[in-house]
Amino acid sequence: MSTSGTQAAEAVEHDAHEGHHPTPAEYVRIALILAALTALEVSTYYFDFGSAGIPLLIALMIVKFVMVAGFFMHLRYDTKLFSRFMYTGLGFAIVLYTATLLIFVVDANQ
Amino acid sequence: MTAIAPSTSMGLDNRKLGMWTFLASEFLFFGAFMSAYLLYIDETNRGPGIEIFDIPFTSVSSFVLLMSSLTMVLAHNSHVRGDMRRMRLWILATAGQGMVFLGGQVYEFTVFSREGLDLTQSPFASSFFFLTGFHGAHVAIGVLLLLGLYSLSRTGKIKPGQDVKTEIIGLYWHFVDIIWVIIFTVVYLIPELRG
Repeated sequence: MSTSGTQAAEAVEHDAHEGHHPTPAEYVRIALILAALTALEVSTYYFDFGSAGIPLLIALMIVKFVMVAGFFMHLRYDTKLFSRFMYTGLGFAIVLYTATLLIFVVDANQ
Repeated sequence: MTAIAPSTSMGLDNRKLGMWTFLASEFLFFGAFMSAYLLYIDETNRGPGIEIFDIPFTSVSSFVLLMSSLTMVLAHNSHVRGDMRRMRLWILATAGQGMVFLGGQVYEFTVFSREGLDLTQSPFASSFFFLTGFHGAHVAIGVLLLLGLYSLSRTGKIKPGQDVKTEIIGLYWHFVDIIWVIIFTVVYLIPELRG
């Protein structure tokens, strides 16, 4: 790819981003929410949430994941193609390794 | 603002697309190690298991890495606004937090080793150290990338308007943080609740 092509692509990317950035204050707000969610996660170590503990941890993990991907990685503001890349890779990994683990679980139960 | 027709076929920066493709493949990479850990979580060979984990200590490490994502995005934001001095400040803050995280990992591994959990002790130990060790290696590479970015900015080789470069390194860093979000929950917290 030529240098001028790279510069042109950078200019388009830069222009596309111009109106789509959260402000620093908004980033700090998002980080504080993430910190609060992390504190809630850690609280499961100190307090007994009963049978809701593990589902709560999984839900918090997913929320934090989506927030970091959406706001910090700019998936919310960028072309949908990048979201498709991210979630396709993630989805493929989840399906593949769930299937792999199930094989071992089924095999162990036989 | 006049639209500039890019020379790429999709109108997207190839380097950014390349980074996203790489990150998508990295899910498979870490997925393999995470699956192995879940498979061998009870295979402790009568040695230490999950009871060896220090959740409060790891929570602090997790918080530090999470906040490094904030400083990374603030660095990119500064670069977009053309404030290169502030961008370098946030880059250094991010790299510093990354090094704090790595220091925490080294300390944790040292303590575990002293308490009888080393790489070859059991399948549980091997899978744990490979998963968290490879994550640590990714953090270390991220720190080197950040310091390289800082250095290039200081020497004027990265200019305002070239914020895609900071963004690409930021994507890698946020990914490393996202993987730790998953590791912290799946490796440390959920097994503790399982008992």
